[in-house]
Amino acid sequence: MTTLATAEVAESKAVHGFWTRSVKGGLTYIALGLIAIWFGTRVESGANAVFKIFWTGEDIEVKLPAAATVFALAGICVIVGALLVSPLGAGMFTGGTAIALTAFTLAFVCFSIAKPGVFLPVTATMQGALFLALPLILGALCGVLCERSGVINVAIEGQFLVGAFTGALIGTLTASAWAGLIAGALAGCLIGLFLAVLAIRYLVDQVVLGVVLNLLALGLTGFLYERIMQQAAEQYNSPPRLGDWTVPLLSDIPVIGPALFDQNIFTYMAVALVAIVYVALFHTPFGLRTRAVGEHPAAADSVGVRVNWVRFRNVLMGGLIAGVGGAFFTIGSAIAFNKNMTVGKGFIALAVLIVGRWNPIGALLGALLFGFTDQLQIFLSSMPGGSPIPSQFLSMLPYIVTIFAVAGLVGKVRAPAADGVPYVKS
Amino acid sequence: MTKPPVEPPGEGDAPDTTGNAVPEPEGAAAASPEPAASSPDAGPVTERAEVRAEKEALQEVAGTGTAPQPDQTVAVEAPPVERERPWAVRFLRYLVTANSVMVTIYSLILAMVIGGVLIVVSDEEIRGMYTYFFSRPGDALSASWTAISDAYSALFQGAIVDFTQLELAFQGQVDWTKLLRPISDTLTNAAPLIFTGLAVALAFRSGLFNIGAQGQAIAGAIGAAVVGFGLDLPLGIHVIATLLGGALAGAIWGAIPGVLKARTGAHEVITSIMLNYIAAYGLLWVISTAFVHSTERTDAISKSVDNTSWLPSLFLNANLRANWGILVAIAAAGVIGWLLSRSTLGFRMRTVGANPDAARTAGMSVASTYATAMACAGALAGLGGATIMLSSTSHALTPAVVGNIGFDGITVALLGRARPVGVVMAGLLFGAMQAGGVRMQSVADIPVDMVTVLQALIVIFIAAPALVKAIFRLRPSRGAGLDLTMAKGW
Repeated sequence: MTTLATAEVAESKAVHGFWTRSVKGGLTYIALGLIAIWFGTRVESGANAVFKIFWTGEDIEVKLPAAATVFALAGICVIVGALLVSPLGAGMFTGGTAIALTAFTLAFVCFSIAKPGVFLPVTATMQGALFLALPLILGALCGVLCERSGVINVAIEGQFLVGAFTGALIGTLTASAWAGLIAGALAGCLIGLFLAVLAIRYLVDQVVLGVVLNLLALGLTGFLYERIMQQAAEQYNSPPRLGDWTVPLLSDIPVIGPALFDQNIFTYMAVALVAIVYVALFHTPFGLRTRAVGEHPAAADSVGVRVNWVRFRNVLMGGLIAGVGGAFFTIGSAIAFNKNMTVGKGFIALAVLIVGRWNPIGALLGALLFGFTDQLQIFLSSMPGGSPIPSQFLSMLPYIVTIFAVAGLVGKVRAPAADGVPYVKS
Repeated sequence: MTKPPVEPPGEGDAPDTTGNAVPEPEGAAAASPEPAASSPDAGPVTERAEVRAEKEALQEVAGTGTAPQPDQTVAVEAPPVERERPWAVRFLRYLVTANSVMVTIYSLILAMVIGGVLIVVSDEEIRGMYTYFFSRPGDALSASWTAISDAYSALFQGAIVDFTQLELAFQGQVDWTKLLRPISDTLTNAAPLIFTGLAVALAFRSGLFNIGAQGQAIAGAIGAAVVGFGLDLPLGIHVIATLLGGALAGAIWGAIPGVLKARTGAHEVITSIMLNYIAAYGLLWVISTAFVHSTERTDAISKSVDNTSWLPSLFLNANLRANWGILVAIAAAGVIGWLLSRSTLGFRMRTVGANPDAARTAGMSVASTYATAMACAGALAGLGGATIMLSSTSHALTPAVVGNIGFDGITVALLGRARPVGVVMAGLLFGAMQAGGVRMQSVADIPVDMVTVLQALIVIFIAAPALVKAIFRLRPSRGAGLDLTMAKGW
């Protein structure tokens, strides 16, 4: 409520003055375009930006003259910015933003890879982006389930951590990735249980509680890691990998085929869950109850919906999903558990949830955006010849994007009305 | 509206306009007509008995869950009877009442019990003994007891006093350095925790949840280090300049989420967490730059700060780490206490924290209050970062120089119930636990992460007093809860 009130004030100011969102955004994109032009001047003459696209069995090389491409993209950026500043741009903010930012990113990429012997593997990049987006999708889905029913879940990071830990431990002990997956889900659910009991039954402030649960999960997994795993990594911390599944036929589609249909089982699970949660939330009685409880619990109660039960159930289900997301960190690619290995992905998932406006589809798109940023950052910092920007700044990229996304790009977001407000029957 | 009469901050914070109509029962508060004139919510300032009682009744209901406690009537009738009882009975009754002191103590006990279970469960040897528990229970139980008591004894001895040194002292061989080392370590650890705890607490009181103390502390450490080795100042002035450099850098870093929240409504929890990570990578970059990086060493470490900028030693003994940082921290707590309870700015912060809509109606600028509060919080966390950097053995920046003080600061603030005095005590407690944790790791082979677990558990129990009350079947009391409600939505 607090935040929304502030947002409204900021919004109303923005609308009445000259500094509308569109104008501010437009000026920003013009500035970005100018930066991109500067990139263009820095490109060595005659250098090519090489993209390799995997096309039915072989790589196709696309060579673009780097400088010209960068200038063209920079031009697009400036034009879109100018359009947004002009009176014409009133209704174009979202589309314009998408175009301008894509153009700027591509310009930056072309500038970075415009060196002999460097190429961007397009298919692998897309695959990597999707891979990195998976935990974010699952975490954000957990958030959707919890917050749509009115419980703020800041403990996604903690659920990731315990999911990753338990997944690795049980997966190793049983030598079965599936057992690890289930154990990870249950561990995430356990944190969800703590959250639900303390927030719903004992009315603890949910944001505070979530943060403290994160600390608990961090300490607990760190403690058990040192006590159990570190001494006998072979025995306790060498998780198996949940296999791939290549969808017949569909995976032969060029470019997107391998990226989408030749993937880890987690990928299919995440996409399926997005669809399931979406349908369940907006097209079933379950979803209607959930949303009613999240928007107006008293009204829901008056028609016989058991408010706290619905919340309890949703938080537990969310915990299961977040636990799967956590298990992905270890058994998704057979990586041994390590202390604090989720490095804030749970919080980024939270940002994805907000950027995606508490909607499963929005969360999917938001997660892909972050996955792409992360993948780009990894590619650029490990690129042969090194990146023109210090690698530490590249590592900041996903976090900076998060701040921008939460603070500016999404515009005004509206959380479920009763989000974070405990329901006490009066 | 200069100095509203002091009342325990936090308890009566919620602006309660209904309170205006109630006649003033005590003369003490009558001297403050100004607050009423300047803001419609004079309720928080001039606390009325009836309102308070009513609020506590509400709190009681809220704290115990949905159903009103059946024994609530006992609590209401109890006070007049209690006065007649001898002190021993009253003391015993105090022990079983869910007041804030006892809830804290019981939370500590609960956390220690769970920690003990963890120690046993995670020990492979003892786990083995439990497989034949029913044939020889003694084995498992005594081994468990030994493991737990070893761990906690090491925790205590590392934090307060080393028993062997104490024995030697009684025999006349007093080695002050060794005898005071645990206390010295405790104080050294406590100082930055008090700073970050204050940073979180101040933000709490302004209705903000500052998870960004970690990043602000990193910024502060960088700022202090740059002033520390970059400037050439005389002794005395250099220390102050170094601390100010840390505070300034922290304030700038802290102001970002405040400004973002004020201008765009972006929730400070997310922005400040992202800024933590950005600060962590920024620290790596700063260390790698030629200006900052150590000229003698090749690993990731900065130049050491000049020794004119070191904090003076507290015990005047070079072998003991404790320095004046703890004194500065306690002074800062005093200043924050004054700020919150006595100053105009503090009043504004608390009002905005309690009810931003009411504050806005009263003509306060919510946006600028958010920004100011976050900047102040950032300055405090920055001081924490500066202190921990100046207390480190290398007196330089390393990638992990601030450790985890930002996140520990959250637990400190929560345990201290967001009040300066509470924060100082909580900081000392957690500082002691961290000092002991190091020894626990070396002596009893229990990872220091145990301390994080204990901290988190303690705070969870503190935050849910009704849970503690139910577990120990305590008598209901007033004001035991963590009266912090912020972030009612995104």
